[in-house]
Amino acid sequence: MRSTNPEHGKRPQVWALAALVAAAGSIFAAAQAPPSANPAPAPPAPTAPQPAPAPPAPHFVVVLDAAHGGNDPGARLSGQPEKTFTLALSVRLRSLLAARGIQVVTTRESDSTIDVDRRAELANHANAQACISLHASESGSGVHLFASSLAPTPPQRFSAWKTAQAAWVTRSLALAGVVNSALLHAGLSVTLGRTALAAIDSMTCPAVAIEVAPERATSGAVTAGLDDQGYQARVAEALAAALLEWKSEARQP
Amino acid sequence: MIPRYQTILFIVLLAASVAMGVILWHLRERAHQRLLYGQDSAPTQAPEVAPAEQATLLVANDQDNSLLAQDQSLPLPQDPGSRARVILGKLLDLYAAPDATHPVPGGANAIAQVFLLPVPNPSQKTDSPSHAPASAHPPPGERNATNPAASAPGSQARIQEPTGPELAVVNLTGSFVANHPSGLETENLTIQSICATLHANLPRVTQVRFLVDGEPRATLAGHADLTRDYLAADAVPRP
Repeated sequence: MRSTNPEHGKRPQVWALAALVAAAGSIFAAAQAPPSANPAPAPPAPTAPQPAPAPPAPHFVVVLDAAHGGNDPGARLSGQPEKTFTLALSVRLRSLLAARGIQVVTTRESDSTIDVDRRAELANHANAQACISLHASESGSGVHLFASSLAPTPPQRFSAWKTAQAAWVTRSLALAGVVNSALLHAGLSVTLGRTALAAIDSMTCPAVAIEVAPERATSGAVTAGLDDQGYQARVAEALAAALLEWKSEARQP
Repeated sequence: MIPRYQTILFIVLLAASVAMGVILWHLRERAHQRLLYGQDSAPTQAPEVAPAEQATLLVANDQDNSLLAQDQSLPLPQDPGSRARVILGKLLDLYAAPDATHPVPGGANAIAQVFLLPVPNPSQKTDSPSHAPASAHPPPGERNATNPAASAPGSQARIQEPTGPELAVVNLTGSFVANHPSGLETENLTIQSICATLHANLPRVTQVRFLVDGEPRATLAGHADLTRDYLAADAVPRP
């Protein structure tokens, strides 16, 4: 017998509408409630695990910037371009620091062209406690140690790219003092200075530029050239000792 | 058989061509002589011999990364820009000498020009940051020099001869920069000695900007930043 009651046709639609309302209500409730308070309705699987809001790990990172590279050979040294010397010194120093348990970020690991701004970007993303720009020159004597010549400014939330180092100059000068002490302790002659170097002026970390020159006697005669492996090792050991000292100072409250 | 009138016409045209050639040659010779007469290389004004004056040069030393003051007696012109160029030329002559404490080839010819300009008002934003704090309140003389409209009537003389701080724009030659030794210390010393020497002899020069062949350059020889304005007073060594 054919039913003529119109309620028979509408009943499935009512049930479907009720199911939709119930589902929407549960989704809305899940979205409103905090995850910890209502863990039963598991939210959709996140694409990346959310880090716990814990205090940052007390890691100590050093950025080593081997200056020049690729199309930019730097200064012409006796026997090799500056880019080769700085890369070799960076690799040697990285090994020494890694052996001492210091995390190292290098701006280049090969003979590649890297823009000055890119170097500063790498250093700033590393959130480092020390940034060392390595250079070499045939002029002068011993190790030339430079901090930025920018005038110190208080830390700001936003700073200009070209003068970002200004907020860190005081710390950079302190780092230069530690490096100077270590180099002198290693028997190396050191000259201190301030300079306008684009690579470190854009860094937001304690940053110094270190230029290694041949060691000379008072008469001007070279006693240890840049190709002297022993001289390179002394410089690298002294820099590693300085950064270890800087690490211990950074951990003190 | 060539008609008679055509033969006569040909002879007339040929004679006219030869005559025009002779006239052109004559005019060319006259123009050449006139040109030679115009290039009179005889001196029309006797050269001025400027009196010798004392100039202080801040001479760089690569061995200890220092600047040492050295007094020199030089014939200096009165115009401040020319004066600055002569002084810096002497400084770079010292660096080009064989026994230089800061050897840099080039000599006096390395300085193409030196321009002296009033320092822009610090309240106006500039793109090139200085490497030291700038004065927040410039002296009144600077405002008069940079804002003639705001000056009182009759102050034209002060506009022409500013008494406020000045920016020295040092235009270096490309050959000097190309031959400058590359290195942090040596490039820094060249810049510091130029800035300190300018400030020692022209105390109104408070900032120094560098150009190379009239255009901005990123670095001097791969290291020292040339895009910034340097504060001259900071370069002078403190006793």
